Amino acid sequence: MTSIPVPGLAGALESGLKPEEYALIVQRLNREPNAVELGLFSVMWSEHCSYKSSRRHLRAFPTHGKVVIQGPGENAGVVDIGDGQACVFKMESHNHPSFIEPYQGAATGVGGIMRDVFTMGARPIALLNALRFGDPADPRTRRLVSGVVSGIGGYGNCVGVPTVGGEVNFHRGYNGNILVNAMCVGLAQTDRIFYSAAPGPNLPVVYFGSKTGRDGIHGATMASAEFDAESEAKRPTVQVGDPFAEKLLIEATLELMASGAVAAIQDMGAAGLTSSSVEMAGKGGVGLELNLDRVPQREAGMSAYEMMLSESQERMLAILVPGREADAQAIFTRWGLDAAVIGRTTETGRIVLTHGGEVVCDLPLAPLTEDAPLYDRPHTAPVLRPRLDVADLSPPADWGQTLLTLIASPDLASRRWIYEQYDRHVMADSLEESDTGADAAVVRVHGTTKAVALTCDCTPRYVAADPYQGGMQAVAEAWRNLCAVGATPLAITDNLNFGNPEKPEIMGQIVAAIAGMSQACRALDFPVVSGNVSLYNETDGEAIPPTPVVGGVGLLADAARRAGYGRLKPGQSLVLLGESRGEIGASLYLREILGREDGAPPPVDLEAERAAGVLVRDLIGAGLTACVHDLSDGGLAIAAVEMALASRVGLGLAAPEGVSALGYLFGEDQGRYLLACDDVEAVRARAAAAGVACAMVGEAGGERVRAAGLFDLPLDRLREAHESWLPAYMSGAAA
Amino acid sequence: MRAAVVVFPGSNCDRDCQVAITQATGASVDMVWHQETVLPDRLDLVVLPGGFAHGDYLRCGAMAALSPIMGAVRDAAARGVAVAGICNGFQVLCEAGMLPGALLRNRDLKYVCKRVELDVVNAQTRFTAAFKETRTAWMTVGNGEGNYFADEATLDRLEGEGQVVFRYRDNPNGSARDIAGIIDASGNVLGMMPHPDRAFEPALGSADGAKVFQSVLTGLLEAA
Repeated sequence: MTSIPVPGLAGALESGLKPEEYALIVQRLNREPNAVELGLFSVMWSEHCSYKSSRRHLRAFPTHGKVVIQGPGENAGVVDIGDGQACVFKMESHNHPSFIEPYQGAATGVGGIMRDVFTMGARPIALLNALRFGDPADPRTRRLVSGVVSGIGGYGNCVGVPTVGGEVNFHRGYNGNILVNAMCVGLAQTDRIFYSAAPGPNLPVVYFGSKTGRDGIHGATMASAEFDAESEAKRPTVQVGDPFAEKLLIEATLELMASGAVAAIQDMGAAGLTSSSVEMAGKGGVGLELNLDRVPQREAGMSAYEMMLSESQERMLAILVPGREADAQAIFTRWGLDAAVIGRTTETGRIVLTHGGEVVCDLPLAPLTEDAPLYDRPHTAPVLRPRLDVADLSPPADWGQTLLTLIASPDLASRRWIYEQYDRHVMADSLEESDTGADAAVVRVHGTTKAVALTCDCTPRYVAADPYQGGMQAVAEAWRNLCAVGATPLAITDNLNFGNPEKPEIMGQIVAAIAGMSQACRALDFPVVSGNVSLYNETDGEAIPPTPVVGGVGLLADAARRAGYGRLKPGQSLVLLGESRGEIGASLYLREILGREDGAPPPVDLEAERAAGVLVRDLIGAGLTACVHDLSDGGLAIAAVEMALASRVGLGLAAPEGVSALGYLFGEDQGRYLLACDDVEAVRARAAAAGVACAMVGEAGGERVRAAGLFDLPLDRLREAHESWLPAYMSGAAA
Repeated sequence: MRAAVVVFPGSNCDRDCQVAITQATGASVDMVWHQETVLPDRLDLVVLPGGFAHGDYLRCGAMAALSPIMGAVRDAAARGVAVAGICNGFQVLCEAGMLPGALLRNRDLKYVCKRVELDVVNAQTRFTAAFKETRTAWMTVGNGEGNYFADEATLDRLEGEGQVVFRYRDNPNGSARDIAGIIDASGNVLGMMPHPDRAFEPALGSADGAKVFQSVLTGLLEAA
């Protein structure tokens, strides 16, 4: 190893390691690592790859359940959906790169999460994304929205996987750190799931896909650091995506798997060849020898360090069944992919890399993976805010104008400008998507009458106000959205986005949010099967609002028995399920109309949540309703307007009785649904039996939305307000 | 009826077309890789599907138009086999010179995916006879380059000869004269940007697309 320099402590600090971490490496190796070896440690021990700050707390998540085939720890989670079929899914962030270079950052986020899913043997069938942007008035926001949306579309549309749902928030807290969380859902056979653990020594290791270039070097390290004024200079660490290569890679990988040639497989994502090879060998308890001269390279003269840390996209690493190399090569040739056998597994427990005829790295694998640091960072309990009493707020002078303002506010305005740039229909199984008015996307399981229901949710203003309640609420809302379309919730993936965990108050948010999420997952039988943690979302010391996003997956045994909120019919009665107390703290009304962000968020009652959700599924299954909308941002008034707009049918809400009109219309009490039905008595009877509060709150008809004595607005006017904000903003109008 | 769907690297509606044709007509559908030089025997319909053949690199459809299979597709059309290009397939047919005109970037320079209502301008073609009663159809579009362009003389000729078969009611992409689909002078070759392969049953929001494939089947039965 003569020609590789030893960078020492200074080099370690430069690559993002802490002095004590470097000392630990030297102690474990009993020598100083050379530059290549240090590169491997710096990415494997980065927050992004090692979860060193969060791992201890993530153990609180329930990860088992009767439908769980594979929980966290693999490329994606796997749940059983019956008939020998499995749903494979995961969500992952691409926050840092998307802020620096929005198109490529978002595009490669989509590409990366798809690879996680097809690496497990699943064909990707749906994409969702949870996006957070800064204040619309921030001069950077428009460019970031435009770049991220076209990046997501540019990649997903070309690969041919429909983008069916998602969520978008705007808040000044994301001005310097936008969030781009992409979720992919795939379909596999339960007996054809593929894993990454190398099954034994002396097996050929094959590299296939795109060539390795110098892009994305140290992306994982960048994603584990805060931003400052110099971040622009990190643009070269953002990878460049090629969706056409990804499409070929999907087809080749699935064909290779079907051929029986694959013994283990892993995509090259963050930390590229390093993490894929180390994880495959580490999980399999074997060693690995790779000859880097054989790696397909885009340019001449790449160093071992560059090859090992490159995050060039659309690349896979597989361990083949011995003797099947030629069969594999035929498949790669057919799909026009580069491929090479670059090494073999060994019995040594070490990773040995050669380059230019010389050994450039010889490390024991254990310290890279199992011995990665695990921190119990100090954390302080979040400071909670007192509950707001709606009676202390004066009602708006003009209710109609208030409603128009809210429905056109950045967090509630129509997302049409965004989703019309996404192909939502390719694969011809999208039954409910962004455009059709449903709380969750519904995608048919191809060739069957079953469907999966998909959603992603988080209400950051609740989490900011109370991380524990906010964490619970994120899980509860995902569960509610799945119930609202008639699906049985199965499991979640999560994407935990926070600031710098080395600050006790940020760590306090993380700990409390995870505890709240875990509590909700347990109570709702909604285990966590995969996830991703994105920390250090800070710029110049300013952290993002805590944003633990939940991606929920549910199952509809019969896709024909589903509900949406665009199916309201004139003459139907409107029924509100769930308890209403007029919780106005941390509400959208408070923020958008009064400019206040104080108050405790609405509390989550998991028992009531469960009862209401089970009841709604029962009502949909019994055919008593096909029109359901959960109550969330903006409360009853907004749910009613959204139902009316999506259905193109007006409605009238009854006057509130014995409660404040403000709490009644805009309170955000949890665990509630608005539904339309023909037979109120039958609904009432089932609600009574289930112990769920049930009130008739209005009826459908006409072309206006009314609330007795409060407002009376034509649908067209509401639609105009709802639809015009985002296109006007994106075309340059003032925020 | 016997049909084939050509698969280019980057095609992504190949399976959708296969399922739609089978469901609409009961036909068996062969998938034909672009590097083949012959099509299956006794074929009645060839579909060039949507997607991003060769990544749409260089220019949409430009490389696919030079694929080995395209000679056989051209010969089939000349023999009277129905050839339909949908979305990217329409772009390929234009690049191959089998249909006049070109598909440019959309008017507002963005990809657009939405439901569109179509007027069936000519319901006397082998692809549209089943629309004779309704003369209208709901389908979806999903494209970044769906803006149909041809010179004025060509557009006049297409309209004069009944070669414009589908027109948008609310033009989503700036297409000349609201054109959504055309046929060639022989009537054997159809190109359309909207996706009949995504509108073949009510669960997908519309079953109108099935009529495109059913028209071909009915034509065969009547000729037999």
